[in-house]
Parts: sequence; C-alpha cells; structure tokens
Amino acid sequence: MTFLQGIAASNGIAIAKAYRLVEPDLSFESRTIDDAAAEVDRFRKAIEKSKTELEAIRDRAKVDLGADKAAIFEAHLLVLSDPELNSPIEDKIQSDKVNAESALKETADMFIMMFEQMDNEYMKERAADIRDVTKRVLAHLLGVQLVNPSMIAEEVIIVAEDLTPSDTAQLNRQFVLGFTTNIGGRTSHSAIMARSMEIPAVVGTKAATEEINNGDLVIVDGLKGEVHINPTPELVEQYRKIHNEYEVQKAEWAKLVNEPTVTNDDHHVELVANIGTPKDLKGVIENGGEGVGLYRTEFLYMGRDQLPTEEEQFESYKAVLEGLNGKPVVVRTLDIGGDKELPYLDLPKEMNPFLGFRAIRLCLEEQGIFRTQLRALLRASSYGNLKIMFPMIATLDEFRAAKTILEEEKQKLLAEGQKVAEGIELGIMVEIPSTAVLADQFAKEVDFFSIGTNDLIQYTMAADRMNQRVSYLYQPYSPSILRLVKMVIDAAHAQGKWTGMCGEMAGDETAIPVLIGLGLDEFSMSATSILKARSQIRNLKKSDMEKLAQEVLNMQTTDQVIEAVNAATK
Amino acid sequence: MSEKQFKIVAETGIHARPATLLVQTASRFDSEIHLEYKGKKVNLKSIMGVMSLGVGQGADITISAEGNDANDALNSLEETLKKEGLAE
Repeated sequence: MTFLQGIAASNGIAIAKAYRLVEPDLSFESRTIDDAAAEVDRFRKAIEKSKTELEAIRDRAKVDLGADKAAIFEAHLLVLSDPELNSPIEDKIQSDKVNAESALKETADMFIMMFEQMDNEYMKERAADIRDVTKRVLAHLLGVQLVNPSMIAEEVIIVAEDLTPSDTAQLNRQFVLGFTTNIGGRTSHSAIMARSMEIPAVVGTKAATEEINNGDLVIVDGLKGEVHINPTPELVEQYRKIHNEYEVQKAEWAKLVNEPTVTNDDHHVELVANIGTPKDLKGVIENGGEGVGLYRTEFLYMGRDQLPTEEEQFESYKAVLEGLNGKPVVVRTLDIGGDKELPYLDLPKEMNPFLGFRAIRLCLEEQGIFRTQLRALLRASSYGNLKIMFPMIATLDEFRAAKTILEEEKQKLLAEGQKVAEGIELGIMVEIPSTAVLADQFAKEVDFFSIGTNDLIQYTMAADRMNQRVSYLYQPYSPSILRLVKMVIDAAHAQGKWTGMCGEMAGDETAIPVLIGLGLDEFSMSATSILKARSQIRNLKKSDMEKLAQEVLNMQTTDQVIEAVNAATK
Repeated sequence: MSEKQFKIVAETGIHARPATLLVQTASRFDSEIHLEYKGKKVNLKSIMGVMSLGVGQGADITISAEGNDANDALNSLEETLKKEGLAE
C-alpha cells in the first residue's frame, strides 16, 4: 500500500482500478535479420492487429461521436492497407535484411516528410495521420499496448502526467470515476475538467505515473487531496463510509436547488456557473445555477485544426442562451495564448506567455478572428440574456477599441437586416492589477466587472501559477488581494454597476464570508460548488461579514486572515 | 487498358472523404487502377498516393484500369465520382 499527497482538485471519493494514460516506450534498435520471410510475416501480422484495433475504435467513435468524427479512422484504416506504403516496407525487409521496425520507420518518415513539405495546410496535417498509424503498427511490432482512452469499457481511475483538452474529450464519462495527475494545480485544465465532469480528482501528486500500475486498486480522495494505491480492505471500507456520508451531504445540499441565495439577514447574491461548452448546461441546471458567469469560449477553438466558423459559434452561443431560458449568460470573448495554445494559429513561442500576446491583445490585432466571434455573439443575442466581457483588459483604450469593433459589427448586422438584442451589457475581466487600481475610471464606461482571481493573483504576486516552486505565492486570502477586490467592488457600486468574480476564489469556503462582507454581487464557480456555497451563504449574516471584512483588510498575513475567518464563521 | 477523363467540380477537390471513397471503391477490384493528374500517375488504391496529388477544383484527371474487371472498375469509380458531386 502506497500513499501520495497531491492537491484536491475536484470533490468526492472514487475507488476503482487504475488506467494509465501514459504513452508507452516505442524506441527500438535497428538490426539485420536472417529470415526475411518471417520478418515480413511479423510485419503483416502487426498490420492486421492494428486494423482490428482501429476498426473497433472507428465503430466506437461512430456511436459516441458520430460518423463525421469517425471518418478520420476510416482514412487511417486506408493508410494501413496502402500498397504504396506496405510494398516498399516489405521490399526493404527483403532486400536490406533489416527488421520490420526500422523498415517501417524509414519508409513512413519519407512519406511524412513529403506531406510536410507540401504548401497546402491540409496536406501538411496528413503527416500527422501517417505518424499516428505508424505508431500503432510499431506498438504491435514491439508488443506494447498503446493507450486508447475511447475504448475504456469498465469503471476506472485515469492516471496521467497531465490531461490535455483532447485527452479529456476522448474520455468516456460513463466509465471514468476519477483521475489523478503528476502535475497541475486547482486552476489547471485537468482540474477544471474534473469539476465540470463532476468526478473526484487529485492533481499535482508528482509521482502518480511512477507509483501506479495498470489495474492497481486506487482511492482518489478529492476532499483531502490524497491518493491511496492498493489500500488495505479496512481503508477501502473506511473510504466507502466517507463516500456515503459525502453523498448524504450532497443530497442535503440538493434540497437547495430552487432556493434563493440569501444570507440570513436577507441580502441576496447571485450564484452562477463557469462553463466551457453547451454540454455543461445540464450541470448548471441540476445544481441550481442562477445563470452563467463565465462561458469560456476557447473550447470552441481547441482540439481542431482550423478556426470555428461564425455559424458554428452562433449555434453554440444560441444553444447556451436558449438552454438558460432568459437567465443571464456572461460570455468571455476568446482568451487564447498563455497556457492555451491554438496550433493552427502558428503563434511564435514567447519567453513569458502569461505576460505576452494573448486574449484581447491578440483579438485587437487579429481582428478577423475577433469580428467573427462578435458577429456570432450578436446574432445569438436575441435568444436570451447575453452579456459580453473582454478578457485581459489592461487599459481603458483597449476596452474602448474592443467596444468600437463590437459596435461596428452590430451596425453591419443591423444593415443586413439581422436581429440583435438591445442594451447588451458590456463588461471586462479584472485580472490585471492596473485595471483593479484604476477601477473607478473603468466603472464609468463598463456595465460590469468580473474579477478573474486566478490571473489577478498570479499577476499581483508575480508568481507563475504553472510553476510548482512558487505555488506558495498563490494566496487568495492575502490582504493585498482582498484590498484589490474591495477597490473593484466599491468602484462599481459608486457608479451603480455590479461586480462578479469568476476565479476559483468565488467558490472557496474561506473566501466566501469575506466576499459577502465586501459586497460582491455575483459569484461564478464550477456548477458542482454552487449548492455547497448556497448552503454556506444561507447561514451567514451580512452585517457580521462586513465587520469581518473590515478586520481582515487591515491584517498583515494570509494566515491571520484564515484564522479570523475561521473564528468568525465557526 | 481502358481509361476515362473527368473534370473535378467539387469545391474541396479530392480531399479527405472523397479520397477515402475513391480508394475504397478502387480496392474492391483486381485490376491495376491509376489516377493521372498533371502528368503524375499514382496508384488509385493508395490513399497516400491520391492525397499527394493535391487534386483541386477544376482539375482534369484521367483514371485508367487494366485487368479482367477493368470496365466494371471504371464504371463504379465514375458512379462514385458523380454520386458524391465530385466530377462531371
């Protein structure tokens, strides 16, 4: 029995067998062979096994993702039976007496190079198909198993170095009970995905992929951030009990689905959800979300090989707006760059991507991309209660420039006879300290603020949130951060505007009492955190929290703040 | 040997799905089948060969077949091209 401590990224307990989502070692040695006929035979068998495997993946994809997405595997199957690929490999084995692995690699590399050199983007990407197929055949030659997450057919816990958006898109939600990764923190992609999938997760364990083997029994404790490998029957029993208690607690919270979010002295705040795709709406509604406080539109652009069209975007935005039936939906315009890359945009690598060409900076430069998104949003606006916000605003000039472009697109649409809603609220993310400091001036021109604490904290502390060694500086309860938050809320209220928060902090048990005291109007969090937060807020008294907030703003350290909150809320 | 000429009218040319369909159709026959475009001739049973030609809209292509089922092969390929709106 082994134990790993990580970071609790998504609540709950999961107990299941491990499934390692780790690329196997495909290295091999080139060598000469004696029996060429036997080697050709070995190669053909590997091709046949690859075909059988790909056919199963294709059939699965047809059911799960539709014939459209399955078409790629159809093409992969043809590559496997391509005489122009297979004959040269067999010839090479026979004439050069080399092993199948090196004959395959050499021939495939030639084709990969040929496709990569074509001046057509589409053709260049075909190189990736050949690489994919080659990898599969190579794995069969070497007798190792490639990971096929889409083929998981029993309940498992995913073990990985980290999970990328395309990894998670392939996971079958029915069978994945939880996951654990080596790297990442509460705000990394894998953590956000786990919360949106409503499955327990522990990230940042450092050694999950080293310590856990395929098929090991694993307990993922997403409440405390612990992972237990091959636990004793007693511990499993103990965890089943914790799991059951947690389920009972959740059932208790579930009674609040249709209740308003009010403190016990009748102060109302809005609890809304962060979402990434229209698929997340189900969770928002089931968890009693009063709207969407952050719709991350990046996911529309990720995991594909070209920009989404205006029509595709329009359909997604419309689906979300209609799905929420008139409840507010705050859509954040494209926030790409930083840790979120789009390979097809081919942006140069930067020394400091978080301080670089990203989000609104990119959109104001690459206006074609921005205008397409704004048009899609404006067209969708008449299907619900849309609010638009721009990410990474550092200056008023940037906000004005973005607003002007939005206005231009609106006029164009109206001239084309399209319907656009009147009075769409326009806000900004406050995640750069310069904007928080100048919030009183911004408040005269924007309709609302949404404080993005994940970035606001990393920029205020000058600490990269992807860097484990400075992770101690991620201090949401620091009086410095709380003062910035207060400045923003006060500035908005002075102009009769509202302030929301859409970072992790908004759903945090320790932060909520202080934020209520500071007068935050809207809390946007993972859908799964909403009911717990509602239950907590209904037991708080606004006037007491105001006193608490006043007190902590004048404290010196994070620890003092935590202590004061605990004392005031116990 | 029999052959036929076609003009590609589809906007996308012979890309992904159309290429897949043509290769799948050709592979059903015993005959040697080739696709010729701009003086380059590739095996129509090879997906990579077909894709490497980069056949676009407006291209004039020649499909040739040699073998005992050559005529059937050409007819089937013609049917596929027309059904998919690829050529006329």
